[in-house]
Amino acid sequence: MPAATENLIEQCRAIVEDLHLGEVRRWKEQNPGAAAIGYFPVYTPVELIHASGLLPVGLNGAGDRLDLQYADARFGSFICSIVKTTLEMGLTGYLDPLDGMLFSGICDSARNLAFVFERNFPQKYIDFLHLPQNPSSGASASFLKAEYLRLAAQLEKLGGRKLDDDALRASIAVYNENRALLRDLYALRAANPHQVHTSDLYLLQRAGNFLPVETHNTWLSRALADIADRQAKPRDSVRIVIEGSFCEQPPLDLIRLVEEAGCYVLDDDFILGRRWFTEDVPIDGDPLGALAESYLDRSVYSSVRHDFRHRRHKLLVEKVRRLGADAVLFLIAKFCEPAYFDYVLFKRELEAASIPHLLLEFEEKAFTFDRLRTEVETFVESLLFD
Amino acid sequence: MSEAPRSEYRGQIHQQQKDLMLHWYERLDESARTGNPPAVSLMISGNCIELLEGFGAVPLYPEVNALQLAIRHQSLDPILAAEELGYAADNCAYVKADIGAMIKGITPAGTPLPTPALVLCNFVGCNTYVKWFEHAAEFQGAPLAMLDVPFLRTAEPRAEDIDYVVRQLHEIVRQLEQITGRRFDMDRFREAVRCSARVEEAWSRIKNLARRTPSPFDAYFDAITLMGPLYVYRGSPEGVAFFELALKEMEEKVARGEGIYDQEKFRVVIEGPPPYPFFRSFRDMFATWKATAVASTYSTVGGLWEFGFRHDPDHPFESLALHMLAHNVTNRNYLQRYEQIRRYVEEWDADGIVIHFVKSCRLFSAGQGDMRDYFTRQLGVPTLYIESDLEDPRYFSEAQIKNRMDAFFEALEHSRSIGTLRRGAAALRHPAAGAGNAPVAGERLKILP
Repeated sequence: MPAATENLIEQCRAIVEDLHLGEVRRWKEQNPGAAAIGYFPVYTPVELIHASGLLPVGLNGAGDRLDLQYADARFGSFICSIVKTTLEMGLTGYLDPLDGMLFSGICDSARNLAFVFERNFPQKYIDFLHLPQNPSSGASASFLKAEYLRLAAQLEKLGGRKLDDDALRASIAVYNENRALLRDLYALRAANPHQVHTSDLYLLQRAGNFLPVETHNTWLSRALADIADRQAKPRDSVRIVIEGSFCEQPPLDLIRLVEEAGCYVLDDDFILGRRWFTEDVPIDGDPLGALAESYLDRSVYSSVRHDFRHRRHKLLVEKVRRLGADAVLFLIAKFCEPAYFDYVLFKRELEAASIPHLLLEFEEKAFTFDRLRTEVETFVESLLFD
Repeated sequence: MSEAPRSEYRGQIHQQQKDLMLHWYERLDESARTGNPPAVSLMISGNCIELLEGFGAVPLYPEVNALQLAIRHQSLDPILAAEELGYAADNCAYVKADIGAMIKGITPAGTPLPTPALVLCNFVGCNTYVKWFEHAAEFQGAPLAMLDVPFLRTAEPRAEDIDYVVRQLHEIVRQLEQITGRRFDMDRFREAVRCSARVEEAWSRIKNLARRTPSPFDAYFDAITLMGPLYVYRGSPEGVAFFELALKEMEEKVARGEGIYDQEKFRVVIEGPPPYPFFRSFRDMFATWKATAVASTYSTVGGLWEFGFRHDPDHPFESLALHMLAHNVTNRNYLQRYEQIRRYVEEWDADGIVIHFVKSCRLFSAGQGDMRDYFTRQLGVPTLYIESDLEDPRYFSEAQIKNRMDAFFEALEHSRSIGTLRRGAAALRHPAAGAGNAPVAGERLKILP
């Protein structure tokens, strides 16, 4: 990989690991008076925030970079780490650059977190979006459109521009480009997994949570061109799909470990909200309607979005077959109930299709992985020398 | 401490409650054998039982099956069977007990349960419900439908929320007509809504009797006994007769000045579901101190009526939607639950709050530390926080919970002896604050340089 791309990835790592949200602070200095809106995983309609002239900021927890002093007492036992580190970031001032926070109903813990935020941060705009879970209903699209209008009105109160169709179309177009670049990078990796480290792709992608999307598009274009030209030698590896990391993120060292242990990652669900749509959101016609309909009909499958027309366990098996993967690696955050529930039906379906799989549980704040390394290595050996 | 005194009230309604629940299982058995009446799976939270009455369908409530297993100390085997299928230690044990029982063929009455004509996922707050119903439909080979109820993220439901739910209710009616081959009986539906309104009126009046000192019943433990008929029979004349009888019995107790003990010593509000595998021991821990629950959030999972909401036979679909959107604890947001508890302390004249964190249920439990912070530090109400589970017997440490309960009530007793224990409105540091959606803001911790 050219040095330029290596530097870019290093720059991304620094942005991702900066708990002080330096990029967001910088953006606010350059755009005086404009608000930055954080969003908790997994999906949020960033186009609406962008079209209002505000900065959407994706939060994915604090990893191992923050000790919990207050949030443990607020959320108690049996609750996942990302809920606690996000609250801790708020209680210790790291989220000060954010003027607001958006949540949605991905799970019961995250939903309650939204309202704990509301009590603890009365000076911030805190909102909760209900993203419809019944896309079969003829009433879902108009409901979601109304929900987006409600959000737009709140953003306007925060100093955002009044929602306007042309601005929204432009925002959709720039995010379409961002998602298309990410889809291209993912397709490139799936076709030539030896050309790009998944840990690098992860950093490139996650840095976009903090950057203006236009800047991120430039960075992704450069990286895509460099990686496509890269000459690297393939090695014997097990070709896997990673499932279960759509919200709390595995530590970077764990992602590296999986690769070092002999896995080529063909697909993953890290920071899934950034690649939420399987194709472009249409920009002709009513843009708000297109954004709502895209959520109902063009979304990736996810353990936090329910669409009884298309069952997730069938879609995982289809994906494995389509990519020609050898196995599925479940990387599930401790206490992540949606992922653990889905695991049962995923496992059943994979076994019926004779697709090998391994489950690893992680916590974002973990920093030693000896046991996990042994498990992955044993799994890889069992597949390579089968 | 001496042995716990008797605490349950035993009147005519207890025999009737048993008869009604047995009759329900008989109907389920009939449905399993003949397909008539058709069975429809529903979740308790903000349930729309009235809609089923319009088809003469019988509800199948997986939570009721799961809690019956736990209360009879039979939940561990099915939980372990589910864990063998891949369910994690951290998944809701209600789901595990239900799915495990399904796999092992264990049923509450020993007779087979019907395969539902439809697994109707009334998604009312609890995300786990969606997973539960997806899995139940998968393991039973039954059709699955979603009824998506927007979470209450504004002070009142929005017109768009109501419209969305009403339109889905009509869609479900059409779907049930196709599946069952029965026509939806609008008159019967409206009659069910009328029955519900009467049951809600009686139930609400019963709950309001607990404002009296002494309270004639325990609004946590005794309320649970009444919850079966409330959810299965709310939309039927049997339900009306049962709740009107219950109200009469409770009013008679009030007239006689009877509480649940010879002397009511403490009045508490309980937040969270009970530890069903240790229901009796848990109750005894309160009885030892002659403590009565005068209100509870758990008894409002299926519906919150003591603040005035009733189903409306003149607007049956809209009132179903309103009930699911806004008048049950599970679809109301977390701060609205703080406000509900605050009102209970104030208006039901309580001395303190017991928060029972259950590992299985994050809807109830995630953030209860913040809730405790609000009540103790901001409002100054004595609050006890304990942890166990509602279904999995492996997470109940009897000695530890008992120690904490004893310490809590000892402290209350001490405060009373020195004259500092305040009750009801006087217990609240800011009795009028926090009305509406957002309680007073918590203090901000800032340690960043």
